[in-house]
Parts: sequence; C-alpha cells; structure tokens
Amino acid sequence: MNLHYLRRKLVNYVALGISLLSAVFGIVFLCWILKDVLVLGLPALNTSFFTELPAPPGMEGGGVANAIVGTIMITVIATVVGVPAGILAGTYLSEFGRKSRVASAVRFLSDILVSAPSIVVGIFVYALLVGPMGGFSLLAGSLALAIIMLPVVIRTSEEMLKLVPDSTREAALALGAPQWRVTVQVVYRGALRGMVTGVMLAVARVSGETAPLLFTSFNNTFWNFSLTEPTASLTVTIFNYAMAPYEEWHSIAWGAALLITAMLLVVTLLARFFARGRSTG
Amino acid sequence: MNTESREAATSSGDRIFKGVSYFFAISVMCLMGLVVLVLFKESLPSIQKFGLGFITSTSWDPVALEFGALPAIYGTVVTSIIAIVIALPISIGIAIFLTEMAPTSLKGPIGVAIELLASIPSIIYGMWGLFILSPLLGDYVEPFIIDHFGFIPLFDGAPLGIGMLPAGFILAIMIIPFISSVSRDVFLMVPSILKESGYGVGATKWEVIRRVVLPFARSGIVGAVILGLGRALGETMAVTFMIGNSPDISLSLLDPATSISATLANEFTEADHPLYLSSIVELGLMLFIITFVVLAIAKLMTRRYEKR
Amino acid sequence: MKKFLLGTVLFFAVLFAVQQASAAAFINGAGATFPYPIYSKWAYSYNKATGVKINYQSIGSGGGVRQAVEGTVDFGASDAPMAPEELEKAGLLQFPMVMGGVVPVVNIRGIKPGELKLTPELLADIYLGKIKRWSDERITALNPDLALPDKKITIVRRSDGSGTTWIFTNYLDKVSKEWTESVGFGKAVSWPTGVGGKGNEGVATYVKRIRNSIGYVEYAYALQNKLVHAKLKNRAGQFVEPTMESFRSAASGVNWEGTPGFAVVLTDTAGKGAWPIAGATFILVHKEAKDCGNIDAVLKFFDWAYKNGAEMAQSLDYVPMPKQVYTLMEKTWAETITCDGKPVWAK
Repeated sequence: MNLHYLRRKLVNYVALGISLLSAVFGIVFLCWILKDVLVLGLPALNTSFFTELPAPPGMEGGGVANAIVGTIMITVIATVVGVPAGILAGTYLSEFGRKSRVASAVRFLSDILVSAPSIVVGIFVYALLVGPMGGFSLLAGSLALAIIMLPVVIRTSEEMLKLVPDSTREAALALGAPQWRVTVQVVYRGALRGMVTGVMLAVARVSGETAPLLFTSFNNTFWNFSLTEPTASLTVTIFNYAMAPYEEWHSIAWGAALLITAMLLVVTLLARFFARGRSTG
Repeated sequence: MNTESREAATSSGDRIFKGVSYFFAISVMCLMGLVVLVLFKESLPSIQKFGLGFITSTSWDPVALEFGALPAIYGTVVTSIIAIVIALPISIGIAIFLTEMAPTSLKGPIGVAIELLASIPSIIYGMWGLFILSPLLGDYVEPFIIDHFGFIPLFDGAPLGIGMLPAGFILAIMIIPFISSVSRDVFLMVPSILKESGYGVGATKWEVIRRVVLPFARSGIVGAVILGLGRALGETMAVTFMIGNSPDISLSLLDPATSISATLANEFTEADHPLYLSSIVELGLMLFIITFVVLAIAKLMTRRYEKR
Repeated sequence: MKKFLLGTVLFFAVLFAVQQASAAAFINGAGATFPYPIYSKWAYSYNKATGVKINYQSIGSGGGVRQAVEGTVDFGASDAPMAPEELEKAGLLQFPMVMGGVVPVVNIRGIKPGELKLTPELLADIYLGKIKRWSDERITALNPDLALPDKKITIVRRSDGSGTTWIFTNYLDKVSKEWTESVGFGKAVSWPTGVGGKGNEGVATYVKRIRNSIGYVEYAYALQNKLVHAKLKNRAGQFVEPTMESFRSAASGVNWEGTPGFAVVLTDTAGKGAWPIAGATFILVHKEAKDCGNIDAVLKFFDWAYKNGAEMAQSLDYVPMPKQVYTLMEKTWAETITCDGKPVWAK
C-alpha cells in the first residue's frame, strides 16, 4: 500500500517535473534568441545605420535608412487599405449577418486565411500586379501585406464588436438613431480599445513578413517614395544581408533584426497592456 | 427636416452602410477564389504537361524541363512531422505547467513570454538558426547522433548543421507557442467539478491530468496540433535558411532537402522558362490547397471548445 | 472615425505630392550575382557623380533573363550568354560588361589558398558524387604533401538559376563525358548531390560554414570572403592559379565581332596559363524599348562604366572589357536599339 502510494507520488513528480522542464525549454529559447539578437545587433546600431543608404560590399559604413522608411511606408499603406476593409467586413459579421450563411462562411475562411502561407500571397500579387504593371513596386508589396492583414482584422474586430452588449445598441436605436449611426457612434466607440489592440497586433504581424515582399516590393539601394518603384524593406534586407558572405553585412542584418524584433515586441506588449485595460475597466 | 424625408435618409444610409460592409465581407471569399483562380491559370501549362504525374515524379530538372513535386512535398512533410514530434510533448508540458502547476503570479508572465515567441518574425528564426543554432548542431549534436544512432538509416549522414532535422527543429520552436496556447485554452475549459471529483477520490495531480484533463481535451489538442502543422507546412523563411535547398529525397534526416515554400522563395523570380515558372506556381497552388485542408480540419476540431 | 478618415486623406495627399516630385527616379536592374560587387560599386560611384540612381539587385542570372524578358526591370544581367535565337525571340540585345573566373573553393582544416591541386576529371567526379571522401587516393596521389582528412566531402552548389552554375557546368560538360551524359549544363541543372545555396553569396556562406565542403564561386567572392581556392589543371596541362592574368589569357584571342549575339564562352580555352573556368557577364536590354528616358539612362550608365569603371573593376578582381569591345558595343547600340522607332544611342 505504502509502496504503491510512493510510486504514484514519484510518477506524479516526474510528470510534473517534465512539464516544468518544457516550460523552461520554451523560456530558454526565447531568452536565447533575444539575447543573441541583442548582443549581435546592438553594435550595428550607430548613426550611419539609421541615416545612410546601403553601401556596396567591401565598403565601410552604410546603413539601412531607406529600408526602415520602406518598411514603415509599406506597412502604413497596407494598414490604410487593409484595416478599414477588415473593420467593415467585421462589422457585417457582428452587426448585420450574425447567423447568416455568408457570415459563417466568411468567418470560416478568415480563420483559415489567418494561417495561410504568406509566400503564396506574394506569388498571387506578382501574377496579378507585378507582371501586368511592368515592375516590382511599393504598391504591390503593400497590397500583399494588406491581403495578409485582412482576415486578422476581420476576426478581431468582429470579436470586439460582439463584446459590446446588445442593450447598448437597443438603447441607442430606441432613441431613433439609424443603425449606421448607432454602429459608428456607439458600437465602434464601445469597442474602440479592443479594435485598436487588434489592429496593432495585425500591424505587428505583417511588418515582420518577408516572404510576400520578395516578389512584390523587391528591394532598392536608394530612397524610394514612389508607389510604382521597388522599395527596400527591413525584412528583405535581412534576408539578402544574412545570405551574403560579408561580415559587415551580417552585422547590419543583426542590427535590422534587433530593430524589427524590438519594435514587434513593444507593439505586442502594448497591445496586451491595452487589452488588459479593457477587460478590467 | 420633416419626419418622412428623415426616415428615407435613415433607411438609405442604413442600406448603404450595410451594403458596403457586406461588400467587404464578401470580398474575403472573392479574394480567396481569385487566389485559387490566378494560381490555377498560371500553373495550367504545367498541369497540362505533367498531369497527376507531377505529384509523384521525383525529378526537378530545369535543364531537361522535367518537373515533379515529390522532393518538395517530401521535405515539407518530413520537416513538419519532425516539428510536431518535438513540439507536441513540449507544448503539452507548457500547457500543463501553465494551467495546473504554476503559481498565479507566474502564470501571466510565462504565458506572455511564450506568446512573444510567436511574434518574432520567421526571418529572425531563420537567421538565428543559420548563424547560431546550425554551427552548434553541426559541431556537437549531429556528430553525437551519428556516432550513437548512425546505424539507423534515419541518422546516417554528414554533420552539416543544415538539413531536414535542423529545419524541423527551428519549425518546432516556432510552432510551440501556437500549440501550447491553444492547448492551454482547451485545458482551461475542463470543468473544475470533474477535476475536483478526481482529487476527491485521492488521485495525484498527474493522475487527474492523465485521466481527466487529457481525455477531455483530446480533440482540442489534436486540433491544436493540426493548426501547428498548418503553420509548419507553409512556413517559408526559416526553412529556406535551414533546409539546404536540395531537391533530393533522402532517408537520412540529417541530409539537405527542400520544401515547397523554400523552392518558391528560391526559384520563383529565377525561373526563365514558362514551364519552369508554371511548375513552381503549381507547387504554390498545392501548398495553398494542402494548408487550406489541414487548417480547415483544425478549425472543425477546435470548434466545440470555442467560447460561446 | 472622422480623424481616421482625415488622416487617410491627408496621407494620400502627401503620397500623391511625393509621387509628382519623384517620378522616373530609378533605373532598375536585376540578375547575376557574379558581377554584383562591381555593378553595385559602379552604381554607387555613378550616383555620386551624376545623381542617377541605378538600383541593381542580385537575384541570379535566371532571374535576370526572366525579368528582362517580362520587362519588370529596365535591364537584366546574366553570366550565361543567351543563344542568338532566344535573343531574337525575346527581342533582346546582349552585351558583355566584365570578365571573371569561377573558382572551386574548399573548407578543409589546415589547407591554405592554392595548396590543393585538382584536375578536371577529379572535379567532375567529386561533383558527380563518385569521389566521396577527401582521403580518396586519387586526390591524395595528386596532393602528396597535404594532410587530407578522412572525411566525407560536402558539395555546395547553387539553389537558384545561375550564370555561375552555367559557366561551371559548361566547363564540366566539356571535360567529362559522364557529366555530359548524366547532368549536362545550364543555369540550373539536376545536381547529382549536394547542398544548395542562394546566389554566389549563399554558396560562399555555406562553404564557410560547413567543414570539409567544396563549392564554386566567382573569384571576387572567394577573395573577399578569404575562402580557400584550389589550383586547376588547364587544357595546356599546367596547374594554374586564378588571377587577373590567367583570366585575361583565357579571354585572349576571342573574336567578339564574329560571335552571333556576342555569346562568347570562355571555359576550357587553349591559351597558355589560361584559367579554365572563365566567363563574361552580360547585360540584357530590349531592342525596342518601352521607356525612352530609361533606356537612354541605362546605356549612358554602361557607357560610363566601360569608360570610367575599368579601375574599379580591377580593384575587385574583374577583367574589364578592352576598348575595341566597347566601341563595338556602342556601334551595336546605335544600330539596333530603338524607342518609338527612333534610335536611342547617337554618340
């Protein structure tokens, strides 16, 4: 009896110990990756990193200023295109078509598209836009990211809008306001925090994408502000620089990796902080 | 403004708003259809030339213009399986730790930390894998595996530090956050009355987990694994860095191979013959369909755990 | 919501204004990785000198040809000469910019540049997967003084469509009958074995990373990365080092004018002291240009590079084109390249 009990206890501790180790494993890798990105990236972050254009291989100095601005531009345009579309589609799911067939189909597809391979979107946009438009472009890259963003925004905005209690809607409707005004002025306001969180997470998600940009926004050694010309981005720069055999380029790639990781972690943490604010108050 | 015209404005305003939101909701479906259509159209030459043989052919020969998808499919599937085999037990362990063991003060931070792993872009996993992990695997881990398990054909090869095993390992680290967070959510759905009755009859914590929590959560876990699989199948940048880009089918997990996504990333802008290009697009189409089916299954399996 | 709309409108207004200000700012080129170091250096200096922005991206020669044909870039670059018929079909003109050599590089502990000697047959058999270990007696017999490890050879080659591969496999095709029968040559081939790296960069990175490996890269990549090159036996029977002189002798006696499409191949040439795996790298442009301003800028840039770029090319270990070649090219430009029915090059 006693022996049997001991054995059960032992199994219990071993199993729980293994669970603990798994959690430690996850944390260790996170810390390890972050440590390397920080240690190898930090030395690269000097003034020229932020202010200069890429230098040809073998030349001292050079930076990724154009890629930083390029990533911001691509992401902003993608957001401007993807977010309103996503919010409106989410509005339909939550306010108009709740139980309709169309809504459940859209919900299902969006859930799947959230995890769909992003490189396929790159090929799609290449076939649709880059070939016919006669060149790689900032616009094509932004569009690819907007497509990737769309399902994320749809699902989060729907969830957030649903959290607004129906009684709020009914109260506003009872005052005689048309439904669209109720939605825009009452429901959106009620769900604002949550939707901002959702948008932030969606922006974070796409600004780290590389694969869909390889064939769309391509790359550029110079500044570009034109929608129809190729544009540098941090992620494609990391890909090219990390694959290149030059030490100084590796260092710049680590710097760019640090920059983008830090940005994404900050956005993700901010979004979490924001979301927590909503649930408690 | 009199009442009538106000009502008219109201209803037309509503109609427009509803119409616009409906349009954007529908656009998701149209977009999806368009993706399939465009990819299908672009891969038509290859589909006509190779037919179903495309899936079973092992040759990827741009000189002779003979293309087959099997090596890429093989590499994709094998790396994804390796990723699941490594990630599943660890993710379950993490979920158990977070739901059943961790003190409340630790639950939050550790949960967040693991989810942060998911927000690191895949290119950074790839770069870290190539520069940091791969030398370690090539210099220490793989020679050890070869020396001790080399008699098994799966582990016979040269210690390169890149290949299917390293790619699968990086993929595992990347999908652990997904599997563990879904598993955690599913574990949290287990009614506490079930667990308490387990403790009531004197079961240890592990016994409750094994006999009550895991059986209750089984299909949720399966769904989580399939979700992770869906992610792993389509993952591009990290795999491109780590797999070795070699369209060969090799039994040894240490050998370089290629995956569908890595082939797309490497060869899409390069292909200079229409048939070559079209074969690559067909690979993309297959990847899209495969991940769609896998993710749809995952979605259906986790549906019953969704919060109402 | 209103603020958001206002922001959106403002954003597009600014974007539009910038569009107007920055129209036609770039000349986009893409292709071969082999000449990437020199093209990017030329582009950098040219930008400093004239303000014109030449955005050259190294994606591989296969990509250079494809993007030139599709017209997604203003010029393509390829190390593999396109055949005259293909050029005709695509309406392209090709002209050589610089010459260089492809060198086999190895990563074996204790072996320094130029120490390892290889014959064409050995190189082919290694890449065919027939010689599997560095301690193979055919290698040790040729290199009795070297301590070669009893380790498996890891072969590194390109994963993308590549002119470097074209030159390298063209050479193996000439020297090994078995290679001709089982592999052939091209920008991308069905490799019997090996690890694939993307671009010359990728191959150099993998060779550096993987011990006991062998790869092939353009000479400048080998030098800049301090990779260990091997000596090769040339057609004249000498073991030669890859140098500017040996590349130059490979290119001596080439009849550019008499070669249709200037599709000159410099592998396994007979010259004394010639490096056996040499090649020229080419630029591809449409004969009937779509954008008159851009094609003019492209030709001006390459004219500048022919005339002012020789020193830069040599500093990066490329062989610049001799004067008679570029006067020939400029004559060809004037004769063949048109835009809106008018010749573009009138100098």
